[in-house]
Amino acid sequence: MTAPFIRLDGVRKVYTVGGKEFTAVQDVSLSVQEGELVSIVGPSGCGKSTILSILAELNTADGGTVEIGNEMSPFTPGRDIGMVFQKALLLKWRTIADNVLLPAEILGLPMKESRERARYLLDMVGLMEFANAWPQQLSGGMQQRASIARALVHDPRLILMDEPFGALDALTRERMNLELLRIWKESRKTILFVTHGIQEAVFLGSQVAVMTSGPARMAAHFDIDLPEPRTLDVKTTEKFGDYTRQIYHLLGLN
Amino acid sequence: MKFMRAYGYAIAAHVGFILVWQLVVTLSDIPAFILPSPWDTLKEVGESSYNWGLHIRVTGTEIFGGYILAVVVGVALAVVFVWLPTMNQTFMPLLVTLNMIPKIAMAPLFIIWLGYGIVPNMIIAFTICVFPIVLTTYRGLIEVEPDLINLVRSIKANRWQIFMKIQLPGSLPYLFSGMKVSAVLAVAGAIVGEFIASDAGLGYFLLVQQNSLNTSAMMMALVFITLLGMALYGLVLLMEYIFITRKGIDT
Repeated sequence: MTAPFIRLDGVRKVYTVGGKEFTAVQDVSLSVQEGELVSIVGPSGCGKSTILSILAELNTADGGTVEIGNEMSPFTPGRDIGMVFQKALLLKWRTIADNVLLPAEILGLPMKESRERARYLLDMVGLMEFANAWPQQLSGGMQQRASIARALVHDPRLILMDEPFGALDALTRERMNLELLRIWKESRKTILFVTHGIQEAVFLGSQVAVMTSGPARMAAHFDIDLPEPRTLDVKTTEKFGDYTRQIYHLLGLN
Repeated sequence: MKFMRAYGYAIAAHVGFILVWQLVVTLSDIPAFILPSPWDTLKEVGESSYNWGLHIRVTGTEIFGGYILAVVVGVALAVVFVWLPTMNQTFMPLLVTLNMIPKIAMAPLFIIWLGYGIVPNMIIAFTICVFPIVLTTYRGLIEVEPDLINLVRSIKANRWQIFMKIQLPGSLPYLFSGMKVSAVLAVAGAIVGEFIASDAGLGYFLLVQQNSLNTSAMMMALVFITLLGMALYGLVLLMEYIFITRKGIDT
């Protein structure tokens, strides 16, 4: 077995606010294989987003080790990161296609190939006919699909998603979960998926890291053994119920 | 038809205003040197001794010149303040203080410093216009979603790319709101300058005609001033339409 693509070991992050130290995360350890979709679930303020920002090099860890990439798949910071946030964050003055192209422009990739790839990705997320539309003409779910295409346009090895479906209504969210699984299979990307939703975390992830707040730390880790490909029926199985129940307990919800 | 449905009421209000004006003049016995009729006012255009062309050109140059200068300098200052926080901390408060000085009250000083003519009046229009543009543009440049910055930083965008691709285009709606405020101010600035010292321009013309109680010529001068203001405002609206409204960007 090849070395894991991501290795986090005892990662710690401390902020100093007004002279007082405040632990954003402590003791986070995680190991992710290439091509895996891993969920990180927990309440607000448990440091989920901090983990993503450390992986994206927007933040540095104050302790522990962070390693991305292995011999098979070397990791280039910047070049190999794609991010999706709760807000789609599309630029209002650019068409959907031009929004998707933004990372390619910033990284200085050849535009002709990037345009082709953007078209391919828009087709994959089901927005082909909206390539020339303005973002504000699209629904929230469609905007979020566009932002997923944008995260993939430079063909990064790692996709970081920070509560990407948190602002969508319940039904759209279910649909986007299925879409994400399809996109993940088709693109074979390694995805780290941060969410508040316990069901969502279990449904999507091949592993789930559970984080708790006060103090912010990693409380538990589950390998999710559910049938593939996952369909919504999985959610009615006993095994699915077991996983979610254990996580609810860990988070002190019952 | 579609045009009439969209603008019919607005056009009717304008025509109605002129009709009411005409009606008041016809039905009352207000003497013409107090309130001339719309027609008497319009007839003044044909009076060649008034030299309308010259006055319109002078005032127009002052308005447009001062305004364009304010947009260029205002945007440049906002950009400097965004790029150099120390400059912002040092000079933004000073700018706020200076803005408290009524620019109109400074006009007599400008005359001493710059003499009278087109340039000092342009500068007066400029000083009134520049502040709203600096403020709104600065605001637009710094108001960017933090996660959007995170997103592009994660792929190692440099400051210049963030500025050119995100901040600058994102500030356009703000810039236009400042430009609309300033367009109105530019007209007032130029006219006040002419009131204080000038030898040409529609404001100068107004004062000269006031001495001979030539009310209809004064009214016509007002009409021309209004038209100049509308031309400027219209140009700004047109640019706003091209850069913003057409794309469905809400301001």
